[in-house]
Amino acid sequence: MLKRKFLALGAALGLVGLLGAGSTAMAAEVRLLNVSYDPTRELYTQYNELFSKTWKAKTGDTVKIEQSHGGSGKQARSVIDGLNADVVTLALGWDITAIERAGLINPGWEKKLPNNASPYTSTIAFLVRKGNPKGIKDWKDLWKPGVQVITANPKTSGGARWVYLALWGALANARTHDFSTAQGQAEATAAGAAAKDFPVYQNAEVQALIADLFNNHVPVLDAGARGSTVSFAQKQLGDVLLNWENELWLARDEFGPEKFDIVYPSTSILTEPPVAVVDKVVDRDGARAVAEAYLQGLYTPEAQDLAGQLHYRPRNLDALKKYSADLPNIPFFTIDETFGGWVKAQTTFFADGGAFDQIYHPSK
Amino acid sequence: MAGVLASKAPPGAIAARPAATESALGRRILIGITVAFLTLFILIPLINVFHQAFAKGLDGYLAVFFPPEPDPNAVLNYSQKRRLAEAATQATRTWHSIGLTVAVASIVIPLNVIFGLAAAWATTKFEFRGRTLLTVLIDLPFSVSPVVAGLVFVLLLGRNGIFGDWATQLVWPDIFSLRWVGFGESFWPLAFERTHTGIIFTPLAIVIATIFVTFPFVARSLAPLMANLGPDEETAALSLGASGWRTFFKITLPNVKWALLYGVILTLTRAFGEFGAVSVVSGHIDVNDTMPLRIEKLWNEYNNQAAFSVASVLTFLALVSLVAKIAIEWKTTNEAKR
Repeated sequence: MLKRKFLALGAALGLVGLLGAGSTAMAAEVRLLNVSYDPTRELYTQYNELFSKTWKAKTGDTVKIEQSHGGSGKQARSVIDGLNADVVTLALGWDITAIERAGLINPGWEKKLPNNASPYTSTIAFLVRKGNPKGIKDWKDLWKPGVQVITANPKTSGGARWVYLALWGALANARTHDFSTAQGQAEATAAGAAAKDFPVYQNAEVQALIADLFNNHVPVLDAGARGSTVSFAQKQLGDVLLNWENELWLARDEFGPEKFDIVYPSTSILTEPPVAVVDKVVDRDGARAVAEAYLQGLYTPEAQDLAGQLHYRPRNLDALKKYSADLPNIPFFTIDETFGGWVKAQTTFFADGGAFDQIYHPSK
Repeated sequence: MAGVLASKAPPGAIAARPAATESALGRRILIGITVAFLTLFILIPLINVFHQAFAKGLDGYLAVFFPPEPDPNAVLNYSQKRRLAEAATQATRTWHSIGLTVAVASIVIPLNVIFGLAAAWATTKFEFRGRTLLTVLIDLPFSVSPVVAGLVFVLLLGRNGIFGDWATQLVWPDIFSLRWVGFGESFWPLAFERTHTGIIFTPLAIVIATIFVTFPFVARSLAPLMANLGPDEETAALSLGASGWRTFFKITLPNVKWALLYGVILTLTRAFGEFGAVSVVSGHIDVNDTMPLRIEKLWNEYNNQAAFSVASVLTFLALVSLVAKIAIEWKTTNEAKR
């Protein structure tokens, strides 16, 4: 009796093998894998629906987009290790540069799409408990005695690296621009391209202040941006959370506006999460056309409106204006102009043995 | 309770000697400690799982798996429509994760039954050099952290891995995408609608990682019993002219069937519940979510009630397998007494 069952199993396996050999070339629909960072899950779930509809109307093909979300650096590592991402939409340029250095993305990806290949931006702001009991209004208030600051670990979290740069740039009085006007945006881009020297790196006073903040005001460093939100909102740790603006809004929407207030500092950094096509993968799978259309679609008015709705800052000025009540205009400095881009910032601050490792001694 | 506590010993092993030499006070203290510990670390968390799952009542619990159908006549605003669509997407993902978990387990179990039988047979019925080493190797998955196990496969099969060049280019069909396409296009009426490229970060990697972490269960449940029985009966059968296969099916398998089932149940529970190794090799793609990965994602999306609802399904399964385990133990002890 059992013997017969084993034989049947063997026959079934053999049949499957034969079928596999005969008909692997058939594919009824196009599949794309978008590898992204943590907070964008809601954004891409909705954008994927939108894109599938437009792509079907345009070409008649059904496109099915799969999502993968996780810490930005970890996701980049997975793509390098063999995760078949057709497109990557990560938290910061350095992670895409890492994939480029592994030979999977062709150099020059930043220039293939408008606005440094970042279709939407965000910034770093504060989430405080309702009524702002500790009176935290600007960066300098974080150093008030007894204030506990929640942020993620810059060594592992993309969002926390932006937090670190926002702190550093704001303390060093980095030059800011008005991103609510086309003129301001153009000035910022030009200034970023022209910037040659970056005095912020030599600012010992700022370094001492940041060392003091991380060693004496930060009780815990979570591995990821979402983890730090959970620490602040669910576990009730700390007085102020430093995180992506869109992440603060999500926490406020999830837990109720009666629990938290969002506070905008006087200046902050323009965070630019970039997107890129993974050339090696799309060329192998013949998915270049749809992958490029997918990323270009992020710049369409509909997608820009969606970004604004979910509290990302659209590049499109009309969409930005529409959501300006939720996304107030504050002066922004950029990573290109202030820090000379991600490669420089990463190697100086966050690489092993870099500035962050030197200042952070939590045992004290 | 005693059955649960004694369940470390595989069925068929010699029953524990009743320990009645301690004083009455000592016994009471020991029982007290055990009960307090079990309540604090097992019973309360277990109850909490179900408490959280039913935080929004039975309707809320069922809505996680069967999202509410919108009334076709109702006029809904944008955010209400959004909420319904979101609930439907979430339920689809949850069902997909349940399907994948069952599929992985149904592939892993037959393979590990074969491997486990072979391993237990080899290490107990034969004497050969390196036998001890083999026994240690079989136990290795127990002592390696599952996350490390997952990373080992990334380092083997990933792009920069030892087999990376081959393993990331391999194209294989998804056996669950087999569809009837008719005789029009080719000789075969069936075709796979989807293929995968590479091994790591695909369902195949999940199967491999699960095989790794569950490998010892069948072998470990069988080995003590097989060693106890010794090769005598098989030798007798062979000397009377039975073939190797016949000996196996007529003598060995009936002798070990309960221990085998016991190993299968342990394998099943672990295959359903494995998180670490599977998380590493899944690539965090939604379609690669097994139930434990799905629970984590729901939790990270602030969807606590849904997370606990899925967790309650896993917990329920664990309880069922616990009952099955006890039943098998009870049955084997009774048979041994006879």
